[in-house]
Amino acid sequence: MSVGLLRFITAGSVDDGKSTLIGRLLVDARGAFEDQVSAAQRDNERRGGKGIDFALLTDGLKAEREQGITIDVAYRYFNTERRKFIIADAPGHEQYTRNMVTGASTADLALILVDARQGLVTQSRRHAYIAHLVGIRHVIVAVNKMDLVDFNKDVYDRICSDFKAFFQQLGPLDLRFIPISALQGDMVVQRGENLPWYTDQTVMETLETIDVEQQDSSHLRFPIQLVNRPPLPELGDFRGYMGKIASGRVNLGQQITILPGGRQTKVTGIFTFDGERTTAFAPQSVTLTLAEDVDASRGDIITGIDDAPAPRTQFEATVCWMSPKPMKAGGKYRLRHTTRLVKALASGIQYRVDPNTLEEQPNPAELRQNDIARISVKTLLPIACDSYRENRETGAFLLIDDNNDTAGAGFIE
Amino acid sequence: MSEDWSHLQALEAESVYIIREVVAQFRNPVLLYSIGKDSSVLVHLARKAFYPGPIPFPLLHVDTGYKFPEMLKFREEFTKAIGARLIVHRNEEAIAEGAHPLKLGVARCCGALKTGALLQALEMYQFDAAIGGARRDEERSRAKERVFSLRDAFGQWDPRNQRPELWNLYNGEIHEGESMRVFPLSNWTERDVWQYIREQNIPIVPLYYARQRKVVYRGTNWIPVDNPEDVRDGETVVTEWVRFRTLGCMPCTGAVKSQALTIEDIVAEAGAATRSERETRVIDHGANTMEDKKREGYF
Repeated sequence: MSVGLLRFITAGSVDDGKSTLIGRLLVDARGAFEDQVSAAQRDNERRGGKGIDFALLTDGLKAEREQGITIDVAYRYFNTERRKFIIADAPGHEQYTRNMVTGASTADLALILVDARQGLVTQSRRHAYIAHLVGIRHVIVAVNKMDLVDFNKDVYDRICSDFKAFFQQLGPLDLRFIPISALQGDMVVQRGENLPWYTDQTVMETLETIDVEQQDSSHLRFPIQLVNRPPLPELGDFRGYMGKIASGRVNLGQQITILPGGRQTKVTGIFTFDGERTTAFAPQSVTLTLAEDVDASRGDIITGIDDAPAPRTQFEATVCWMSPKPMKAGGKYRLRHTTRLVKALASGIQYRVDPNTLEEQPNPAELRQNDIARISVKTLLPIACDSYRENRETGAFLLIDDNNDTAGAGFIE
Repeated sequence: MSEDWSHLQALEAESVYIIREVVAQFRNPVLLYSIGKDSSVLVHLARKAFYPGPIPFPLLHVDTGYKFPEMLKFREEFTKAIGARLIVHRNEEAIAEGAHPLKLGVARCCGALKTGALLQALEMYQFDAAIGGARRDEERSRAKERVFSLRDAFGQWDPRNQRPELWNLYNGEIHEGESMRVFPLSNWTERDVWQYIREQNIPIVPLYYARQRKVVYRGTNWIPVDNPEDVRDGETVVTEWVRFRTLGCMPCTGAVKSQALTIEDIVAEAGAATRSERETRVIDHGANTMEDKKREGYF
């Protein structure tokens, strides 16, 4: 993953100070401008409030400002000398599980906020589970409102051990804890003076230095987006395969396999606007030329010859249901996997997962919006997929319904 | 895998992917070319995306008749130099009726000359996808808009009913009459745009550089008054060193005081800015918010 760019999601429960924390990061790193801050201040005063309500800075839609809740995922940006940051700010309520899944899908790191007075609550469990489900490997638990528990270390230690025990059920992960007071600013950007017993990094230092190097599979996966046959006589019969490398590396002269067909050939050129290359790696966008005029088109995936996954028409997956229209076993959809769109059948629902308790509830009659469940999928044509745990790009899919809506997000087992 | 990889390279690769997705998923796409810096970056990325081939869609400029002469000159030279196909569309009916912000008010003038003209052009040419250079950091309602943003048959945006957008799996499926607005620069900030222009030597309209201009102070902005008709009663014309952070129509685009003469100066200024660039756009500050305008079909 990019060294210069960190994408993270923030998750928290109601009133845990998430907006205050984001507001502080933005204002201190100049991700919010004075006129935007004063617009938020005016909105707050119009409602009879005083000062800046940072939530008004991040809640972009009228309905959100009126209702005082975050409905949708908001993306926020700030730069420091060391990195550019993209924050996906997602609402915490249970009825917005799908929004958190959406925000988490492109994130490398999750910043989970917890109120020091409350500790590990049901919502925190759900946030941790979703971060795990979506394949986030770095989690910072920010224990907020330390000022309201007298900056007490025992309180903090107890919360840390509760979280560690819960995360252990989910699997291995880079888990860090930071005590903060978002309101007073302690350990967010400045260290403050109230937490002398905490000697590790602040939130900002952690975000700036954490190593989120690509940990996805190193196997080459190059989904073809388009075939480029420019109508220019000087290019002759140039035929380029355009795409973004999902994982791994491609080298000039390398033998490759085109899936799902399985035909093998050689890479004869790696083209970019800035010149031809001898090698390219994820996540670059390039154009490849191949030795023979093979039958390859949008939706096919170029892989190495030794590590090609066997194309499948049946697999198990976890889905997060997005649509207000429930999903029933036997439901027909279009399935979007990398650049391929195929007809698919949700052939069975094994169990629903309660994200608050991790309990498996077998054989539900249907899936409703925000449900997370294990299902079986059959596709009309084979797809070359990996398991989501191994590869977030080639293990993910969407289910699109008759109305063209994105109805479900899937994680291949 | 361990490679040094700058945030600009990451943003570029992502934007190129998005632009290619538009061509792969739509029958008749167009790039909305506003002549500004973001458009310059967008066109540069489109060239990169389809190299060694040409850009496989036209550029559309919605001309209100109030654009700076420097912008129109740049438009002709730039599009010619890169061999792009350019379509210019004006809402001739509204222009003939004398639409002007002083006469109609800013909201109605923009509604006719920009939103109206854009919807006319999309319909006239039957474009089913329009690529634009808007960024999420510009304005808070834009922070919530999707990269692939669905518009109904009337060109309108429904912020409460947006499709979830996960990973890089963009759902471009539409019904007859609907269309998609696509924003490949969603994740770029003003600072990223300027850094990229510097790194890639991308040509921009000279108005972005500081020079002495005749301006009046109106509201919270320095408004250029190249045309004496644009001066209102009680306003004093002064000469100041100014430049433009964003470019729109002459009567409604404010300049900022600046001494930035080179791209290096501008990058430094963008990095140190404490006010957002949209502050200089009169249209953003009426009772009619950006969210309202976007619902009606504005970009």
